[in-house]
Amino acid sequence: MAMCIVVIAKENYPLYIRSTPTEYTLKFYYMVHTSLDVVDEISAMGKALVYQRELYLGLFYPTEDYKVYGYMTSSKVKFVMVVDSSNTALIFQKLHNSYTDVMCNPFYNPGDRIQSRAFDNTVTLMMIQVC
Amino acid sequence: MEGLTLSDAEQKYYSDLFSYCDIESTKKVVVNGRVLELFRAAQLPNDVVLQIMELCGATRLGYFGRSQFYIALKLVAVAQSGFPLRVESINTVKDLPLPRFVASKNEQEPRPAASYSSDSENQGSYSGGVIPPPPGRGQVKKGSVSHDAVQPRPSADQQEPASPVVSPQQSPPTSPHTWRKHNRHPSGGNGERPLAGPGPFWSPFADSQSGSAAGDAVWAGHSPPPPQENWVSFADTPPTSTLLSMHPASVQDQTTVRTVASATTANEIRRQSSSYDDPWKITDEQRQYYVNQFKTIQPDLNGFIPGSAAKEFFTKSKLPILELSHIWELSDFDKDGALTLDEFCAAFHLVVARKNGYDLPEKLPESLMPKLIDLEDSADVGDQPGEVGYSGSPAEAPPSKSPSMPSLNQTWPELNQSSEQWETFSERSSSSQTLTQFDSNIAPADPDTAIVHPVPIRMTPSKIHMQEMELKRTGSDLTNPTSPLLVKPPDLSEENKINSSVKFPSGNTVDGYSSSDSFTSDPEQIGSSVTRQRSHSGTSPDNTAPPPPPPRPQPSHSRSSSLDMNRTFAVTTGQQQAGVVAHPPAVPPRPQPSQAPGPSVHRPVDADGLITHTSTSPQQIPEQPNFADFSQFEVFAASNVTEEQDGDAEKHPEVLLVEKASDPASSLRVAKTDSKIEDKTAASAPANMSKGTTPLAPPPKPVRRRLKSEDELRPDVDEHTQKTGVLAAVLASQPSIPRSVGKDKKAIQASIRRNKETNTVLARLNSELQQQLKDVLEERISLEVQLEQLRPFSHL
Repeated sequence: MAMCIVVIAKENYPLYIRSTPTEYTLKFYYMVHTSLDVVDEISAMGKALVYQRELYLGLFYPTEDYKVYGYMTSSKVKFVMVVDSSNTALIFQKLHNSYTDVMCNPFYNPGDRIQSRAFDNTVTLMMIQVC
Repeated sequence: MEGLTLSDAEQKYYSDLFSYCDIESTKKVVVNGRVLELFRAAQLPNDVVLQIMELCGATRLGYFGRSQFYIALKLVAVAQSGFPLRVESINTVKDLPLPRFVASKNEQEPRPAASYSSDSENQGSYSGGVIPPPPGRGQVKKGSVSHDAVQPRPSADQQEPASPVVSPQQSPPTSPHTWRKHNRHPSGGNGERPLAGPGPFWSPFADSQSGSAAGDAVWAGHSPPPPQENWVSFADTPPTSTLLSMHPASVQDQTTVRTVASATTANEIRRQSSSYDDPWKITDEQRQYYVNQFKTIQPDLNGFIPGSAAKEFFTKSKLPILELSHIWELSDFDKDGALTLDEFCAAFHLVVARKNGYDLPEKLPESLMPKLIDLEDSADVGDQPGEVGYSGSPAEAPPSKSPSMPSLNQTWPELNQSSEQWETFSERSSSSQTLTQFDSNIAPADPDTAIVHPVPIRMTPSKIHMQEMELKRTGSDLTNPTSPLLVKPPDLSEENKINSSVKFPSGNTVDGYSSSDSFTSDPEQIGSSVTRQRSHSGTSPDNTAPPPPPPRPQPSHSRSSSLDMNRTFAVTTGQQQAGVVAHPPAVPPRPQPSQAPGPSVHRPVDADGLITHTSTSPQQIPEQPNFADFSQFEVFAASNVTEEQDGDAEKHPEVLLVEKASDPASSLRVAKTDSKIEDKTAASAPANMSKGTTPLAPPPKPVRRRLKSEDELRPDVDEHTQKTGVLAAVLASQPSIPRSVGKDKKAIQASIRRNKETNTVLARLNSELQQQLKDVLEERISLEVQLEQLRPFSHL
């Protein structure tokens, strides 16, 4: 039940990385990186990505049963999640809400690493739920 | 460093201590100052401390990592137990008691002085002469003492030109002070505090901190605890076992402290005892200070401080951004990026606490939670178990309120949000447009365009405007280019034509016939006629009667109301009205009814100047062979209309109602019929050019144009009179309202009702005609396309 959540900024650098402690982390980083290409592809297609969008990349590794989901906000902030479950929409929504809360903090400079504890808690909650 | 095996209690305790020392929140390295403080609190000889440090590798590394810290703690325990300090003793010594950290009383005196100075160094605004709380102050509650203690401070603080954020640190009672004081006292008295658990260790911890901070150079870099130990601090009770709660321990300390008798501490004890269960409580003094600070940013106490201003303000406290960010997270309860007064006080309080060495809680203490709107100053929550919370602000509510508080607090953000929503809703409602009556009498900028920019017209009923409204409404029907109704009603003469034409389709297929004609008719003409009509109605609303809706074919009449209206008005144009079924909904100005052979195209045009164009339209009518059918009826109608028109013309100058009853009736009927026909013909359009008329695709166009030009040439006077007549007719149809001066109220009211009914009917007709107009326009477009296609062939 490996799961990772990564928040990627508009410039495609990670704002927040969190993963369950497995050796999977490195593989996940690679996958997230490749998934960014898919994200760009889809956004280039001009589809409305303002609201929830699921980027189902399918099974990457048949051996490891997980799926990579993507979600992009209107400000080109991407959430990439590697999960086993399929209720990703809800998770993305919660992530988005937490992210907006982080944004509301005047002490948070957009582009900084997300160090908000509330956000951490939310992510932890997500990971616990999924796992 | 050998592996360190810790028991659960040890693990927990060590992690607590580590977090305590980890003021930088790095979670990796503890500040040396804190660690040293801690070690001093262990009451170990300095050499032992040094040895411990050496053993754990901190001296080697230069900092205390987590492992080093844990090892050091273990060694402290070892040392305290009397075992020789050895590296291997870490794991070999079993059942070690937890290391004890007690503040030594000896450090108390130098500490305050040193802490004063150090604090002043560190915080920059601490005045060395922190006013010790007068012993005389009774300890009502911990807030009171600190209150008193704070009072001298604020005056001094406010004099500080420096960052106001810093000054509050002086003014608000710093719990750590009292806290430490308590620790000191018992330590002084007992030398040891009852070690109930990890909690109590906090207090000595703090004490040692403050003490060591003074003299320890290492501490210079840290934010030492409040220098004024005399200040009654918030936290009376040492923190409990919670990770970051230092306050519960103060509770325990308090109990022990109480036993200690000391002049200075007595007050503190008393103070602490009163608020032992709410270390996060904001005292009155503090709150007042916060409120004052709030006012400097936002004069309106009920307003918000925007995030940027708050950021600037709290940045002055020189706390690390991460901590400020966390404080914001805690205090911005509704996550709106702005701080209310309560949120601001909570944030300020947290800043103060943090400055004084308190660790930030993970969750907002209940007492700091923004009060619900209806619980202002009334809800004071006691400590949540494990959650250190200052009891709420000025009011001291019994802890029994705590259970209600969380629910209230939960609902508070909802309320707050909902109130915000209400605000937005109210804005929306205010901005939302209720149904407005549009004044379609406005002339379009481009006469060619049949679309008129709707403008709301006054709906307020008033005798003065009654007539205007009547005129406008009926005129709107006429002037609305989207509805042929507009064109027709005013032109009674046209109405006759219309009637004839309408009758014709009605006789056969009402649906589409005349309307198709009208659709194919020149919308430009319609527009122009409408323009004229509209201008008239706009200019002389009082005189021009709104053209009555085109008469609708009764048999094919789908709208009973208009049918009734038709019947109501169809006094004179009985049979004619019946025939006026397929009154083309198209709006092009119709030739006046007098123009008998006028094509249906003219009809809409004429509707505009139904009365006025009568004279001219007939000339044009025959030019449109396709409208032959209509022309037949138009002639027929025109004659009738002409008669009516003449009558109208005569009556125009006079605003007589009864005389014009027939005219408005007929015009209305015509208009209604036309609208009806339009509706029906809309769908079938050219197909419904019954009466043998071929689709008027190409021909209507040139005809329309001609008509249009002619229409444009029509004198406005005709329109004016026409409109006047129509309007008068409309008015006549209804019991005189403005004119019935002598009538009694009932008659007036009855007339009002009738007028309202007429209004509704006309409005409905208007909408229908507008729809028909749209269809007509579409048809026109399609026909024009066809024409373009056929054009090359037409030249052949």
